[in-house]
Amino acid sequence: MDSVILKTAVRFLLPLLLLASIFLFLRGHNEPGGGFVGGLVAGGAIALYAITRSAAAARQLVRASPRLLIGSGLLLALGSGLAPLFFGRPFLTALWTTTTTAVLGELHIGTPLLFDLGVYCVVTGVTLAFVFTLLEE
Amino acid sequence: MDIVLAITVGGLYAAGIFMMLRRNVVKLLIGLGLLSHAANLLIFTAGRLVRGRVAVIPAGETQPLTIVADPLPQALILTAIVISFAVLAFTLVLIYRTIQTLGTDDLDQLRATDT
Amino acid sequence: MFLWLWAILIAAGLAPGVNRVVGSRGGWGLALVPAGVFACLLKQWASIVNQQDVSAYVDWVPTLNLAMSLRLDGLSLLFGLLVTGIGALVLVYAGAYLKVDDRLGRLWAMLLLFMAAMLGVVLADNVLTLFIFWELTSITSYLLIGFNSDRPESQASALQALLVTGGGGLVLLPGLILLGLAGQSLELSDLLSSGDHIRQHSLYVPMLLLILVGAFTKSAQFPFHFWLPNAMAAPTPISAYLHSATMVKAGIYLIARLHPILGGTAEWFWMIAPVGTITMVVGAVLAIRATDLKQILAYATISVLGTLTMLLGIGTEATLTAALAVLVAHAFYKGGLFMVAGAIDHAVHQRDIRQLGGLRSAMPATFVASCLAGTSMVGVLPTFGFIAKETWYEAAGDLPDISFLAASVLCNIGLVAAAGLVCIKPFFGSRTNATQQAHEGSLALWGPPTALGVTGLALGLAPTRISELLAAGSRAIAGRVVPVKLALWHGVNVTLLLSLLTLAGGAVLYWQRHRLKVVFAADGRLIRYGPSTVYDWLLKSVNQLARGQTAILQNGYLRFYLLTMVGLTVFSVWMALKGELQSHLKPMPFDFHSHEVLLACLILVAAITAVRATTWLLAVGALGVVGYSVAAVFVLFGAPDLAMTQFVIETLTVILFVMAFSRLPDFRRLSSVRTRGRDALVAVVAGGTITVLLLFAMTVRSSYPISDYYVTHSVPEAHGRNVVNVILVDFRALDTLGEITVLSVAAIGVYSLLMLRPPSQADKVIHSANGKADSLQDNSPAAQHDAAADHPPESGGV
Repeated sequence: MDSVILKTAVRFLLPLLLLASIFLFLRGHNEPGGGFVGGLVAGGAIALYAITRSAAAARQLVRASPRLLIGSGLLLALGSGLAPLFFGRPFLTALWTTTTTAVLGELHIGTPLLFDLGVYCVVTGVTLAFVFTLLEE
Repeated sequence: MDIVLAITVGGLYAAGIFMMLRRNVVKLLIGLGLLSHAANLLIFTAGRLVRGRVAVIPAGETQPLTIVADPLPQALILTAIVISFAVLAFTLVLIYRTIQTLGTDDLDQLRATDT
Repeated sequence: MFLWLWAILIAAGLAPGVNRVVGSRGGWGLALVPAGVFACLLKQWASIVNQQDVSAYVDWVPTLNLAMSLRLDGLSLLFGLLVTGIGALVLVYAGAYLKVDDRLGRLWAMLLLFMAAMLGVVLADNVLTLFIFWELTSITSYLLIGFNSDRPESQASALQALLVTGGGGLVLLPGLILLGLAGQSLELSDLLSSGDHIRQHSLYVPMLLLILVGAFTKSAQFPFHFWLPNAMAAPTPISAYLHSATMVKAGIYLIARLHPILGGTAEWFWMIAPVGTITMVVGAVLAIRATDLKQILAYATISVLGTLTMLLGIGTEATLTAALAVLVAHAFYKGGLFMVAGAIDHAVHQRDIRQLGGLRSAMPATFVASCLAGTSMVGVLPTFGFIAKETWYEAAGDLPDISFLAASVLCNIGLVAAAGLVCIKPFFGSRTNATQQAHEGSLALWGPPTALGVTGLALGLAPTRISELLAAGSRAIAGRVVPVKLALWHGVNVTLLLSLLTLAGGAVLYWQRHRLKVVFAADGRLIRYGPSTVYDWLLKSVNQLARGQTAILQNGYLRFYLLTMVGLTVFSVWMALKGELQSHLKPMPFDFHSHEVLLACLILVAAITAVRATTWLLAVGALGVVGYSVAAVFVLFGAPDLAMTQFVIETLTVILFVMAFSRLPDFRRLSSVRTRGRDALVAVVAGGTITVLLLFAMTVRSSYPISDYYVTHSVPEAHGRNVVNVILVDFRALDTLGEITVLSVAAIGVYSLLMLRPPSQADKVIHSANGKADSLQDNSPAAQHDAAADHPPESGGV
């Protein structure tokens, strides 16, 4: 797919899409969004880049290989589930802590966010793995 | 609207099953795609259908102010969408490799396990 | 007591390592473990003899009434000593027998595993615990018989033993459960006190029958005896241990153990004693008919197992004691004789007695061991075998019915002749071709059988201590105190005369054995219709049935499977909905918005387009339209999360399809119009069923408790306002964890399908050349080509 228009479009779209993906992920707990859709948007954006340039170029852009993303995502999700065990709680019980910051006011931070980050990484990794292997084949 | 969606789901199921009964493996794949859409829509319709009320609780509240859409089937479908995407991708590659290796897209010629 | 079992299990785990580090001499070290347990058991001797039973208890699965309860009484002690004592000797012997074999570690491990299981059987107090250990012995026995796993006859024998004893185990389990129900306890020690109640129970006969089938299969009673001779495919240490001294006696143990609970009735007598008697005689006849050393011993073992069953079935105090005496004597002499047979096999690689002779001078130590065991088997003074036979004859002679005594004498005449075949034939006469190069084996080969023989002799010369143990054992079987006073010399009486008659008869039979050939030639036809044939026929029929139904059900046509599944689903849905529909289907409100209806129509039109498309591009495009429209439905009904996900996914799907299929040909029409019509009908009926089912589901549902729970608890408990996301990452996070794992697996699958290609042509040649060096095939180019063709086209993890 060697099209100049697409190439140029993707160059502008890519940062926007990646930003959107992070935005979707971060607001996911309170507004529509979350790890799944965030990860898919990120994966899709990089996929577009890979199709217009090459898989090698995309790999260089991401740096982390899909395998690393999938593995670390799974470990993150599993780790967030194992953490409560150290506090004598059942597997996957959510742990929360509340902090107050100057900009955002009161914030709840807890293991479900880590879990969602794990989902984000796995979904991105899996999407990239599909696209890269098909392109490099 | 329930009846219309129920008929749509039935139609999607019929199309998916018909495609999966074909001998051509690519049609089988299209059928699989149709079937997963049908299943997602089935679960969605079987829940509580509410127009436009997202299952998000307004800021500062602990309960929704009005009746909202059923979040449970949505959570189920969300995972189902992603899973069926992965399954579809896997099947796609499997079929792609089968055609590439064996040079046929006819399921009837793929009956033996040792080729 | 748990410690004993653990020690043996740990030794089993260490055994392969011991073999790797120390080699075959490690058997002496490993034997220390069962020898230690043996010593611990001996320490309990005094308290057991003084009628103080020992028990240990651990709750295992309390909800199932399954307790790991162990109890040591006279009977358990007797069996435990045999299991560990002979076990220790067998470990040493096995080390020498498989000296240069790297599978020795495996053999040791399995022997120790079996030992733990067998010890568990005889120590268990809970009947379910007993059953679990019982099945463990069947499984380890299967592994041990099939030890030479590359030989088809080993595999067949192992499978046969497993099917017969495992099948018996399956029958045993309901029997034991019935016993537990009737006695209202699963503990044998509790059941002892409710024996009268159980014997009066309405289910007494079925219970007894089920348990006996289990015991008879395990102890190779007629007509289940055929698996034991075939089990001789195992290496000799295994035959010596499992199939003479221990495992086959598990059935005998069970009968003895349950005698105080179930015994003493007419049913007990008539179900057990005749079976034992038939087995005893059949075994003796088949023993003198066989020509393979191990086969002779196997049939002789069957005969003795029959004797034990008969004596337990008769169930007088004297016969119970006699059964224990015969059991002890048999364990010593038969274990020893098997080891002698193994030593001969090891030295000359020949077990056919017609090919053996003159080994006396070449293998003097083995000859001594053989004589020690043989004299005990024929029962001459002053061995323990003599005492056992005297006790047996005396007990049988006291019965009103003379037939048991007659059968016993007849059987023993046969066994004396069989002993001659095993102990005299190979050692005397002139050397044959096979025995020309014979030489004595190491101490570990002739030591253990000699030790067993000497013990048999010592017990005969000084029977006081063993009397104590037999008294304790008889007390456990009879359920009351039984005085036992064994003595070597009873003076000249009828029993002694019968013993002499047996010896003389056996000697005549042995010297005149060539005359029997005529008889055996005639009964060969009879044996062809024996139970072994029935087993073969059954096995063949089951396999044929399986093949037949597989050919019908697993015919390899995907659409056949799909049609079956869809058809059955539709059928069962309608069966379930049948009476319900009319009462529940009520008219629904017509609240359509025109854009919604348009959207639904768009979905249907796109689906039909996908079905009718003749190019893949059109089909993929139509599928995409369906997906985007479904996403639009999600938008309309308050599911923005779904809609976003669906939009992205649909885009990605189309991209993937385009990437993969841009090089594929367009669709061909492969099915006939008739098939298409049939499929269309099935599809429409199935779709209609789904529609009806969905409408039904919507009308019958009135409350949403789970959804409401999530909605009301989302903010207070999970600090998140987007309920869908909270469900995904918090309430139902375990499901999500499973899901992302599946995603990863799919990615691995795609990667291995595409990236792990079969090696290119050049690689293949190198590959096959390597394979050749390993398997030492001939080096012709044709063979190389074959090996290359053998490589599967897909070497990925598919």
